[in-house]
Amino acid sequence: MTQVSLKELTKVYQGATEPSLDRLSLEIASGELAALLGPSGCGKTTTMKMIAGLLEPTSGDVQFGGRSILHEKPEKRGVVMVFQNYLLFPYMNVAENIGFGLKMRKVDKREISRRVGDMLSLVKLPDLGSRRPSELSGGQQQRVALARALIVEPDVLLLDEPLSNLDAHLRFEMRDLIRGLQQDLKITTIFVTHDQEEAVVLADKVALILDGRLKQYAGAEEFYNRPVDEATARFFGGQNFVQGHSDGSRFESALGALDLPEGAATGPGKLTFRPENVRIGHAEASRNRLTASLSDKLFMGTQTRLKLRVGGELIDVVANPNEVAGISNGDELKISLPPSSLWVLAN
Amino acid sequence: MRGRESMFTRGFRALTGAVLITWLVLPLIPLGIWSFARGWYFPDLLPRNWSLRAWEYTLSDTAGVIECLWLTIGISLAATFLSIIVGVPAGRALGLYRFRGKELVELMILAPTIVPGIAVVLGIHSVFIALGLNNTVGGVIIVHLIPTLPYMVLVMSGIFANYDPSYEAQARSLGASALETFWYITVPAIMPGVIVGGLFAFLVSWSQYILTLLIGGGKVVTLPLLLFNFATSNRNDITGAIGMIYILPGILILLMTARHLSGRSSAVGGFGTI
Repeated sequence: MTQVSLKELTKVYQGATEPSLDRLSLEIASGELAALLGPSGCGKTTTMKMIAGLLEPTSGDVQFGGRSILHEKPEKRGVVMVFQNYLLFPYMNVAENIGFGLKMRKVDKREISRRVGDMLSLVKLPDLGSRRPSELSGGQQQRVALARALIVEPDVLLLDEPLSNLDAHLRFEMRDLIRGLQQDLKITTIFVTHDQEEAVVLADKVALILDGRLKQYAGAEEFYNRPVDEATARFFGGQNFVQGHSDGSRFESALGALDLPEGAATGPGKLTFRPENVRIGHAEASRNRLTASLSDKLFMGTQTRLKLRVGGELIDVVANPNEVAGISNGDELKISLPPSSLWVLAN
Repeated sequence: MRGRESMFTRGFRALTGAVLITWLVLPLIPLGIWSFARGWYFPDLLPRNWSLRAWEYTLSDTAGVIECLWLTIGISLAATFLSIIVGVPAGRALGLYRFRGKELVELMILAPTIVPGIAVVLGIHSVFIALGLNNTVGGVIIVHLIPTLPYMVLVMSGIFANYDPSYEAQARSLGASALETFWYITVPAIMPGVIVGGLFAFLVSWSQYILTLLIGGGKVVTLPLLLFNFATSNRNDITGAIGMIYILPGILILLMTARHLSGRSSAVGGFGTI
């Protein structure tokens, strides 16, 4: 049970003018599963390595349970990092790989073999102990890498892109395994990923880092409904940004005057809403009714993406394919924007 | 694949094998015969009288050949050991990192294999005199590093080019100290390269003549020097016997490594892909 605090953590690589990571401050509660999300080169792996002790920060601090660990060697920090490409030691079999951390802690051989056996069944690979890593599939290698990290009962577990090397059908299985183990063992876990979907399905809280700076640190839903700025919204697939003016309860723009939810920002700004939150048709109780004309339509199997023209603005809408099956380009369409799905980004 | 090799491939393989054996083994046969001969004169195809006299002398205490053999083994082992100590870190730097002047460093390391030894050693000689290293076994060992290091560094930089240091970070993260990481992770990965490079270094040191002669100043007599003494003093029988002893390590090493130096198993380490 360890709370992880990053305090103004900064890394400027030698010869670089811009910092790779710029004053990152984060609090990750004990037992929480947090994601560091961002495009490649945003500084997230740098952050991970600094927590693991594989890289020295230029300034700032890393604290576990309120105590700075920067002076500790990597092997003494109680942190284990699982790399993206698993890095199973090719000269050892699966059981030796998993038992490596215990061997380094001078644990008795019989005790190692017992705990390796337990670990193998925990990651659902009970009979593969004597295999070579090269004989395993990607998913199996991932499980071995995870078992090898968990067996030493780390205070903090770091995962580098844990799902990105896996096939689509394995990702859900692995997600459940990681999530389940993390909940059972209550290990404070931080993982990095460039994939917002991976972050959303796995993490309790997500830290979005763009260009070395923390944009937002919140639960996954907030990134969709309450993004801090346009870059954040766009990273999570936000498409609709309409310039206008808010007075706190209504937003005036090319779309007309729309009711806002409580707590919306005031002044000039951009109205944003998720493509999937636009309702097709006018129900009795619906507010913010608009009339739009269809400018483009793309059937994508489980959903249909529409481009609608409303008052001179083009907006993106994701609809149920059946709801919009009959309409074609140029047709008029009634839509509504529920106030709770609107959000104002102040300029 | 092996079963599908064409007649041409098989024929060519047999031919190159035969040429190689002729080239390498044939010259040694007269040497072997000489060591058992008591006079061998034209136009005889084989000596008329056979004798063990040359071997008796060679293996006796008075000849000093055995003593010289141990000295040569000691010098070559020491030179090999030092080559490994220097060559592994140097190979790691060249194989893993890119830095300013890397090409120049590579050229400097390779230079001794291009520049004739005698040109190098004359300069070194005066330096060694100043340092008091001339005419000493230590000086000979150090000067042997000039031709042995290029091989060691070259082999090791090849190994490290195929090496992923993230494995070391992973081991550290799992609780291994720097030393344990080196022992459990790095050593198994580079061991085949260290062995091959070390064997090269040993053989190169073993066959040094001019460097030993000039730096040893005649005080440090290794097997090649002794061999040359007898060869130039017309004792073909003793030359033959010492020659047989001299080629022994080469043959042993060849037998031990032939399996690793040919065909598909010729990769000598690193992590490769898994």
